[in-house]
Amino acid sequence: MIDREQVAHVARLARLKLSEEEAGEFAVELSAILDHVDLLASVDTDGVEPTTHVVELVNVLREDVPGIELTVQQATANAPESEDGAFRVPSPQAEA
Amino acid sequence: MDSGGILGLTGAETAGALESGEIASDEVIGAWDRAAASDDLNSWLWLPEAREQEEATGAPVAIKDIFCTEGIPTTAGSRILEGYLPPYDSTAVAKLRAAGLPVLGKTNMDEFAMGSSNENSAFGPVLNPWDRTRVPGGSSGGSAACVAGGTALWALGTDTGGSIRQPAALCGIVGLKPTYGAISRFGMIAFASSLDQCGPLTTNVTDAAMLLSILEGRDPLDSTSTGIPGGIVPPEGEDLSGLTFGVPRSFLEKGVDPGVGDVFERSLTEIESLGGTVVEVELPHAELGISAYYILAPAEASTNLSRYDGVRYGMRVEERDLVEMYEQTRSLGFGREVKRRIMLGTYALSSGYYDAYYARAQRVRTLIARDFETAFEQVDFVVTPTSPSVAFEIGEKVGDPWTMYLNDLFTVPMSLAGIPAISIPAGLSEPAGGGPELPVGLQLAAPAYGEQKLLNASIALEKSIGFEGRTGEVGR
Amino acid sequence: MNSPDAEFEAVIGLEIHVQLSTETKMFCGCRLSFGDPPNTHTCPICLGHPGVLPVPNRRAIEYALLIAAALGCEVAPSSIFHRKNYFYPDNPKAYQISQFDVPIASGGNLAGVRIHRAHLEEDAAKMIHVGTSGRIQGSDASLVDFNRAGTPLVEIVTEPDLTSGAQVREWGQLLRATVRQLGVSDVNMEEGSLRCDANVSIRPKGSDQLGTKTEMKNMNSFRFLERGIEAEIERQTGILRNGGQVVQETLHFDPATGELHPLRSKEEAHDYRYMPEPDLVPVAPDSGMLEAAAAALPELPEAREARYRDELGIQEGAARLMSVETAWAEFFEGMLESEPEIEPKVAANWLTGELAAELRRQDDISLGSSPVTPANLARLVGMVQAKRVSNASAKDVLVKMVSEGADPEQVVVGEGLEQISDSGELESIVDAVIEANPGPAGEVLGGNEKAIGALVGAVMKEAGGRVDGGEVNRLLRERLTAD
Repeated sequence: MIDREQVAHVARLARLKLSEEEAGEFAVELSAILDHVDLLASVDTDGVEPTTHVVELVNVLREDVPGIELTVQQATANAPESEDGAFRVPSPQAEA
Repeated sequence: MDSGGILGLTGAETAGALESGEIASDEVIGAWDRAAASDDLNSWLWLPEAREQEEATGAPVAIKDIFCTEGIPTTAGSRILEGYLPPYDSTAVAKLRAAGLPVLGKTNMDEFAMGSSNENSAFGPVLNPWDRTRVPGGSSGGSAACVAGGTALWALGTDTGGSIRQPAALCGIVGLKPTYGAISRFGMIAFASSLDQCGPLTTNVTDAAMLLSILEGRDPLDSTSTGIPGGIVPPEGEDLSGLTFGVPRSFLEKGVDPGVGDVFERSLTEIESLGGTVVEVELPHAELGISAYYILAPAEASTNLSRYDGVRYGMRVEERDLVEMYEQTRSLGFGREVKRRIMLGTYALSSGYYDAYYARAQRVRTLIARDFETAFEQVDFVVTPTSPSVAFEIGEKVGDPWTMYLNDLFTVPMSLAGIPAISIPAGLSEPAGGGPELPVGLQLAAPAYGEQKLLNASIALEKSIGFEGRTGEVGR
Repeated sequence: MNSPDAEFEAVIGLEIHVQLSTETKMFCGCRLSFGDPPNTHTCPICLGHPGVLPVPNRRAIEYALLIAAALGCEVAPSSIFHRKNYFYPDNPKAYQISQFDVPIASGGNLAGVRIHRAHLEEDAAKMIHVGTSGRIQGSDASLVDFNRAGTPLVEIVTEPDLTSGAQVREWGQLLRATVRQLGVSDVNMEEGSLRCDANVSIRPKGSDQLGTKTEMKNMNSFRFLERGIEAEIERQTGILRNGGQVVQETLHFDPATGELHPLRSKEEAHDYRYMPEPDLVPVAPDSGMLEAAAAALPELPEAREARYRDELGIQEGAARLMSVETAWAEFFEGMLESEPEIEPKVAANWLTGELAAELRRQDDISLGSSPVTPANLARLVGMVQAKRVSNASAKDVLVKMVSEGADPEQVVVGEGLEQISDSGELESIVDAVIEANPGPAGEVLGGNEKAIGALVGAVMKEAGGRVDGGEVNRLLRERLTAD
């Protein structure tokens, strides 16, 4: 079960703005999905190692050698807003 | 050779005709450009308006819009990336280009590869060429539809829980998900990093092998890439003698449409008639695959999709407040299913729930992988229907997420185990509610890096089944 | 250590971020830079473009292993990276790749302060606030520069073993010297290549409970950090003494006013949703990597200080300075190398006493930019030791060495500063002075020892400083007690 309050908290963490209606729908849908997922609790997983991924490699590293860099123009070409070669965003300190 | 003639060749035949000089590079590219432009299934998100002279050694490839292509719009089926022009090529596309296979166009897909019907594309659903009222499957729906519909010879897709195999099955073509790590993920927009794998969608097994041989390989830009030891050669196989095929009967009982079940049983008979042995195997934890997958994949997705924040690229809703800008941008930029999975994944990773959901799902993943290891001690391949049903109607399953998720019931366990699996057309079956017959896919799975064996067995079955190619009238 | 008072004691732990001085970033091939124009060292990877993947820099791992070895840490046989999730414009992927429950190094000790752990991570981008000049009328904006994004960092976390601001400063300087000695970082606090946060709490003396802590962020010098911590200890002590409760918060210390200000608290408690990074495989240092780190370990400041003090008999202050400041240690070692005969203790005094004072006096010249070479100073010390010049003359020579880059041999010879070593010449000067100063001479003869000072001064003056004060003293006593 996940209630509307939890939905609001999770949406906040995920930086999603949900309407009242959406929040209510998500509470219902996510609860239904979690009911199915709860099947996982039925298996004994004591002592079972978790799998993060299936590749069994270690120490895959790159040498400390410079690669190709973007120009400032290339770097900011996709930016919604840029200024003097930098990405422009609303200030985190600004009052809403 | 006229345009129709070129479009009738397989990948291997096209390469041969180009090499012998029987046809010219620009004839091949031109023929396929015209075919792609004639699509009316909404397969394509981008086709070139003009082309620079390219020297092709084979037919151009349809590229799922999840692969970054330098200077070519790449959206992953999402509004949030509308207008984005990647400054670089994904390794997969770079390898195809280097092998003389140009980009034919970018194909439609479920937004960020989240979906099994292609109804989650921000740019409209893709239609199934066998029946335009039905879905082509997903998430590589555009890649499957264009190949089945004849507007591309072959295509690249990605498979996280079945996104190559399921649409291939629903569109009556071949789809291969290689071993995790076989093909570089660099430049492939991430959905669930520990599961995502690139692979080919083709009309036949030989072409799938041809693309795989080009694509596989260790990439210094992807720490988790390994390539396939020994590489891939053109598959050969006439019979299946000496090979054992395991059927996880108790797992399949979880719900296969009767028509699909019939075609699957006929495939088993086919296997035996080719000298293969069919036995029953147990995959005791496979039925938990969907539950584990729908924690793991959304959890990884929730962090992978956090970078779409309106700062460096993509869309932004202008706001004075930073948090407001983030929230409005992401809420308008992402579609419903993507938001649902971000919510689910964020919840599963949030404080207090990590162990109950994420860590537990990772452990169940280990158990599922062990099930396969045990099974492969007895058998060479595990076989299942690719999808529990044939193509369903557009709109049929959108109301109930879990029902939609169950489309992946038989493909998800292989993804979790990281092993290779292929879907080949096995025959036709009526949909559950009646109507014209639609394709059914047979899934064969092999141990990690067993692609060559898998392709050899598949080609023997392909010849023996003799499936009548793609339906496509489009472009002909 | 200075406790706040008899009633309470401070408990302080540090988190130190060290930017590694590799050629390229932690997970991509962009060059590290400082002060270059914005976004001139970026690529799709450090800009967090769709589809990119990280690949760790081998040298960053090697540097982390070197730090681990220097701090006596245990290296994890296999450590992994996590994603630390939070939204901020300086965090391009909205997750920072960092190490969480299995860091590359844990445990360890530096000068009695226990090291909790050391882990690898990537640095954030830089943000500049640009005020109200923006395109959106009346709103504030920030500009983001990703040159710094992805710079390799080692975060060193201590146990809460420190108890005062002064101790934090001293220990911080030792840690900085240690890391600098390893050659793995510029450790420049003003440029941010070394950043230190302190967690401060207060508890009743003798208690084993920890009080509520506050965090002091990123001071740009250890002196400011010291002052900030002292101010915070005083503030917390005041609160507790008045029966109040310390609130957990992050503080900024303004060195100009000496005031502490709470930083605007984030809207909600952080939930970083740590998750193992699926794009990376574990780091499992093999014996080759570990042996290479051990072999590359130079003599570290802590050991060097002990050697200077215990083996060379150098005073504690000088030993400390020459250990913590690599340039001074190198200068000192250079002196001993060029003149093996000189007394290390005397050499150390000339370096950290006389030369240091003269450099300060002459426009605060740094040791590195002064024209005095280790060989020159060693030669001067050698001449003093051989009594070729007096201490007083040598100091005059040193002034010229600093201001003109003069060669001490040439100055001494050229200006005739060589000590009067002819005992006959000195004796006649002494006799003349006694004769010319019957008053003081009489007092000395009468038993007033102190009166000899005036005579010594007169002899020195007469000889133009070219005599040894000790020798003059000896001769005067001989004359004034012999009769």
